[in-house]
Amino acid sequence: MQDTIHHIAPDNSADAILLSVRNLTVELTTRDGVVPVIDNMSFDLKTGGNISFVGESGCGKSMTALALMGLLPQPAGRIASGQILFNNEDLAQASDARLREIRGNDISMIFQEPMTSLNPVYTIGEQIAEVLRRHRNLDRAEATAKAIELLDAVHIPSPASRINDYPHQLSGGQRQRVMIAIALACEPKILIADEPTTALDVTVQAQIFDLLTELQEKTGTAIVLITHDMGAVARMSQDIIVMYAGRKAEQGTVAQVIRQPAHPYTHGLIAAVPHLLPTITEERPELLEIPGIVPPLSQFGQNRCLFASRCNYATEQCRQQRPEEISRENQHITACWHTDSLS
Amino acid sequence: MNDSTHISTDEPVLRSRHPFVETAEMFFRNHSAVVALVVLVTIVIAAIVGPFFYPTDPFEMVWAPFSPPGAEGFLLGTDYLGRDMLSGLLHGGRVSIAIGLAAALMSVFIGITVGALAGFYRGWIEEVLMRITEFFQVLPTLLFSMVLVALFGASLPMITFAIGIVSWTAVARITRAEFLRIRELEYVTASRSSGATNAKLIFSVILPNALPPIIVQAALMVGSAILFEAGLSFLGLSDPNVASWGQIIGSNRPYILDASYTVTIPGVAIFVTVLAISLVGDGLNDALNPKLRQR
Amino acid sequence: MEILTLIVKRVSYAAMLLLAVVVLNFILINLAPGDIADTIAGDMGGATAEQMAEIRADYGLDLPLWQQLFRYVSNVMQGDLGYSYFHTQPVTSLIAERLPATLLLVITAQLVALFVGTLLGVLAARKPNGWLSHIVTLIALFGYSAPVFWTGIMLLIMFSLWIPIFPVAGMVDVTIEGGWWSHVLDIARHMVLPVITLSSIFLALYSRLCRASMMEVLGSDYIRTARAKGLSESQIVFKHALKNSLGPVVTLAGLQFSAVVSGAVLVETVFSWPGLGTLALQSIIARDTPTIIGILFFSAMVVIVGNLLTDLVLRLIDPRIRNRA
Repeated sequence: MQDTIHHIAPDNSADAILLSVRNLTVELTTRDGVVPVIDNMSFDLKTGGNISFVGESGCGKSMTALALMGLLPQPAGRIASGQILFNNEDLAQASDARLREIRGNDISMIFQEPMTSLNPVYTIGEQIAEVLRRHRNLDRAEATAKAIELLDAVHIPSPASRINDYPHQLSGGQRQRVMIAIALACEPKILIADEPTTALDVTVQAQIFDLLTELQEKTGTAIVLITHDMGAVARMSQDIIVMYAGRKAEQGTVAQVIRQPAHPYTHGLIAAVPHLLPTITEERPELLEIPGIVPPLSQFGQNRCLFASRCNYATEQCRQQRPEEISRENQHITACWHTDSLS
Repeated sequence: MNDSTHISTDEPVLRSRHPFVETAEMFFRNHSAVVALVVLVTIVIAAIVGPFFYPTDPFEMVWAPFSPPGAEGFLLGTDYLGRDMLSGLLHGGRVSIAIGLAAALMSVFIGITVGALAGFYRGWIEEVLMRITEFFQVLPTLLFSMVLVALFGASLPMITFAIGIVSWTAVARITRAEFLRIRELEYVTASRSSGATNAKLIFSVILPNALPPIIVQAALMVGSAILFEAGLSFLGLSDPNVASWGQIIGSNRPYILDASYTVTIPGVAIFVTVLAISLVGDGLNDALNPKLRQR
Repeated sequence: MEILTLIVKRVSYAAMLLLAVVVLNFILINLAPGDIADTIAGDMGGATAEQMAEIRADYGLDLPLWQQLFRYVSNVMQGDLGYSYFHTQPVTSLIAERLPATLLLVITAQLVALFVGTLLGVLAARKPNGWLSHIVTLIALFGYSAPVFWTGIMLLIMFSLWIPIFPVAGMVDVTIEGGWWSHVLDIARHMVLPVITLSSIFLALYSRLCRASMMEVLGSDYIRTARAKGLSESQIVFKHALKNSLGPVVTLAGLQFSAVVSGAVLVETVFSWPGLGTLALQSIIARDTPTIIGILFFSAMVVIVGNLLTDLVLRLIDPRIRNRA
């Protein structure tokens, strides 16, 4: 399939744009009407690249992931406008059947809750083998053999006997390893990890990140990490997008954004982490220490800065008009009227 | 939904009312439940006052047998003995509903007692009571009632007892589950540590909070008790001197192919009554449930 | 091996329940007005006081109660449930003649209700506001509001007066000739209306519960995982969701066995089905206490065995409870 498309950077395939999201707007029908839970989002992901989405709960991070997977909640959610170009194919326009071909095969996802994300009534071997039979046309024996290899690859001891275990016989960390095995079974181009360690113990968190890094080096899968853990971002990604109320607040390399946050929200997020180190910190800081809360869904999409009510720099302009995305040096993007008064 | 915008502009102070009022408001928003309630009230009133306005004895031969409804001035016709169907329906309704209510009351009483004791005291008391409950669950309900009525006579109290004694297990299980859940909650621990007696804990702390699902189940019990009584009387196990809906169907059964209305009409009466009760029960369930979640 | 000890445990518990039923029967017999001597005396057209005492001594009715109970329990355990003077044969053989017909009706109705109810529930859950969902709600409301015997009578009227394609009474047509196959077909034709009638109540319950449980399951995380795997909608619904939502339905079906047997009594009466229900009614009218009590015992046994099977099926469905006592 890759042969048929022209790469944007054909001279260097490692830098090729694998996924290009253009002006994506996702609407959700709620009791208060239709609201844009993702509001004009654009970003690129390179082959084998790493990008993190950061923000508090309810900012649209997970919705972005679901939109990429074609798994928006039905019938409430829909892509209102924009494109999701994966290998130059627009997934926003793709048929359900085509999306099913891609899911689990070219784009996979692991979730926040390993405890409930595996089907309790089937063995883990079956749950891994199933995806191989679906996308790789393997027969039962081949799929089972491959499932054992995959369990081995995610470092589950004595995989040949563990494939007959049911999820309830595994610990949380082991279940997340099984989820990773399922997600990587068909060697996808993109792995979306939605808060993959939030529900796990701190020591297990580090192991899971180690595993993801190790497998990425082996397979060259691009990873989209969704998290509210700045430590995880620093560890896992080169690029970061900070989201607030369905909009991009800031985007840049991790170094740029952490060293010189260009948006007051990012500033607050980073200030909330006592010592930002590229390793996982014991206390796993939650980013809830900015005063105030994310606005209710009903206010999403209004033509103003949605962060203004929590912002020390807010002026009348912020309350009147939505800030444009401004590109600073080296594609460091921010959406704030007062970015220059910062730092 | 359409008035939600108006409500949201109200002062929050205005919105906190007596919980009963809130439940009632919730209930009256459910249209099918309200219609069902109106139907049910109509049926109950008809059963209570009907016989006064229509005093014809349901056992008296008033006209030629098998007169179809509407003919000869008898609104619902006459049965195989020439007895007035309308009179049977009104008088029979009184009995069916009364037995339904009494039997449901009895089973709710037994069920709450067993469930509350089991859920509150736990240990061997729970063990014994739940074994008894399981025992009653394996007795085929109708057969057991039939045996009781057959051995000890088909009087109204015996029939009521026979229905009540086999129907309480569901209430007991629900009550126990609620007690098990609520006894662990903080306000129970708080009252316990402030020296409340067990009786006070059971009756004034836990039971009131366990009531919503029990109320719903109790409402549904009345419906199933009416069905149960109808089944018994259909089989001929009813007080021969008292008309009830099931008894009319049972006694006319040999003639259904000649005069199907004699079984259709009382059947519809049972169906509509039980349907109305279950819709009201559903409405109650929906009205009481959101409050459960709020706690 | 764990499974084996588990089965032993469940079976012995079931036996305890059955023993309790026997004791209850004994209590009922002793509480009931009149005893076997009265019955026999009535049969003989009167008896003197000496004859009565003789009969009572013959049947051990002069023994202390606990000895009588012991005797009764050991008799029942040897398969002796007494003698029916009305039917002039032992109760056990009388019931053995009728039990298969009832079992056939009860099991078929349960299976039909489970199968159709689950199917309707699944289809309704996929479109909670679709027309099928509303129909399921209507069927459910009808199913548990209409008296089952009345539903039967309405079907009977309909199929005997207007569309006479199914027999409306009995279980076999004695005039049918031909091989075993034509007899099977004949019984199947006789079963149609009773089974529809009896399953209507339970179909209503199961479809409603299945709809609710299916909707809950469809919203769970592992269904999202299944979608993320790119599985087809039918694989998601029938493989991943169905097996998980069956648990509550099967549990409910187990609890309903006693109600199914009760319903069978009414349905058998309506359609003159030659099972335990019609026998029970005949015996009650004839005041044939040993038979009535015997039927109570056997039908309780049907329920207990039904519960046991439900328990095993549940363990097959859900690995989480498989090794739990």
